Amino acid sequence: MSVSRLAVFCTLASALALAGCDRKGGDPSKEIGANPVLPEPNQYLLPPMRIAPVVQWGDNVPTVAPGLKVEALATGFIHPRTIYPLPNGDILVVESNGPKAPVNRPKDLIMKWVELVGGGGAPGGNRITLLRPSKTPGQPMLRTIFLDHLNSPFGVALVGHDFYVADTDAIIRYPYVDGETKITAPGTVLAPLPGGPIDHHWTKSLLASPDGTKLYASVGSNSNITENGMGAELDRADILEVDRATGAFRVFASGLRNPNSMQWNPQSGKMWTVVNERDELGPDLVPDYMTSVQDGAFYGWPYSYYGQHVDPRVKPQRPDMVAKAIKPDYALSSHVAPLGLVFYNGSNLPASYKGGAFVGEHGSWDRTPLNGYKVIWVPFTDGHPSGMPKDVVTGFLDANDNARGRPVGLAVDQTGALLIADDLGNTVWRVTGADSQSK
Amino acid sequence: MLNNHPTSLVEAGARPVHPIFVPVAAAFMLGAFVTDVLYVETYMGMWETFSIWLLTAAMIVAALAGIALLVDLVFRRRSFRPVWFRVFACVVGALLSLINAFIHSRDGYTAVVPSGLTISAIVTVIVLYLGWNGWNLSTRREAAE
Repeated sequence: MSVSRLAVFCTLASALALAGCDRKGGDPSKEIGANPVLPEPNQYLLPPMRIAPVVQWGDNVPTVAPGLKVEALATGFIHPRTIYPLPNGDILVVESNGPKAPVNRPKDLIMKWVELVGGGGAPGGNRITLLRPSKTPGQPMLRTIFLDHLNSPFGVALVGHDFYVADTDAIIRYPYVDGETKITAPGTVLAPLPGGPIDHHWTKSLLASPDGTKLYASVGSNSNITENGMGAELDRADILEVDRATGAFRVFASGLRNPNSMQWNPQSGKMWTVVNERDELGPDLVPDYMTSVQDGAFYGWPYSYYGQHVDPRVKPQRPDMVAKAIKPDYALSSHVAPLGLVFYNGSNLPASYKGGAFVGEHGSWDRTPLNGYKVIWVPFTDGHPSGMPKDVVTGFLDANDNARGRPVGLAVDQTGALLIADDLGNTVWRVTGADSQSK
Repeated sequence: MLNNHPTSLVEAGARPVHPIFVPVAAAFMLGAFVTDVLYVETYMGMWETFSIWLLTAAMIVAALAGIALLVDLVFRRRSFRPVWFRVFACVVGALLSLINAFIHSRDGYTAVVPSGLTISAIVTVIVLYLGWNGWNLSTRREAAE
């Protein structure tokens, strides 16, 4: 009896051990571009987890591609996520993190530990800081708290003299006076957004329509893959179109699991967004992506991914929705966590960057080897991606795969420099052309 | 068993400790099977959430049962006569439930179907077998009868 007991125990123990090794992800470049290679889904007993331990930047700075240089524009932020240049050259930095997540299942405790180790759980500033670079070289820039006591803000947009903040649960309008460094007037709610108590994906990006009549707000899903029930997903995994005059909204596009940082492509005029796809189907599924967003289109979540690849974890399934699902335009590879997108139309960086898109990849936590943790540039021709991306800003990981920083929001300032919010290094990085004169 | 007199009155009257915990862990495991069935019937994630918490509670109490069993084995070795097959059944039930807790930590339908529900059903059979034997993994000493 004791022999067979031992045998069973050994079998079970080795099954558990097997679940813990040899699940490395493949070459990410195979799943970049219009036609990513998608392996079969694999649900492990213990899903892979690989968290980059946090270290300080110290005297290090990110590594930039040849022809570029980088400096810290400012540091000492509290979890900076979004950068928004104002027309007068001021730069707004949204300092934020998600609201306290409820523990709904035992694994939520493990996720809290992941955030603790990876530095993702640090409290955000819930505020917006204004930076006004000095016109005279060598002078320190002005730095003020532009807006304070916000509720997990992420997206902002200025339309005329209306300044909009997308808190995690509402779009709030503030009056903006040209040149002011601090908004003291109280805000008014333009439209509520899906918020707590679960609020799994809490970041709400904002984009104004070119004519200024509409605001687009991204609302990520309330779960990885519907585990909190479809009731929790009302108006989520969507980009909502909000009427500026009335606050009425409609779903502009759906099935986008966690869309962020919508932008208008300067050539085609189409809306583009980066999207974080679902987890726990293996190290090479599902590739995060960048896509143009069509009015009324459905992009698959939760029922399927990359068109008609049905997700076995969703019940009841919806074959009618799977049939409608649009394949996204450009895969970025799995678990890179793209959160920032900006098209480059400036002239500070070398001319080759013009017309392409920079993407800020926050970096993976559930894949070995690590993926992301960099800013890439994707070439565009006539408004379509036209080739493999190029690593533009790296070095967010040190040689031992410790994380010094994690890029989030991107922006191009008035001088044409690329700005990068680093929510782990609490820094805003400024990338310029190596021979540019701009300070 | 005349050569095996109890060393003290305390031990002579002592009952094993582990049956305090075994039925509690078993009840949690049975509950997880019931909520798994309800999930499959309704697709409501709430029932899957019940299952994973029930399995978590089962694992905590099963660990306590394991400690109690060790206490019985070590400190009451004169009066304690384990029935090894029942101990084996207990260990298998606990290990299967541990695996089941990992499976139930997946997101969505595959947290339950097919492997989660299958293991819950197997564990239920084991639990019923243990219950039939009064949750006791030992025979009482003949001398005490």
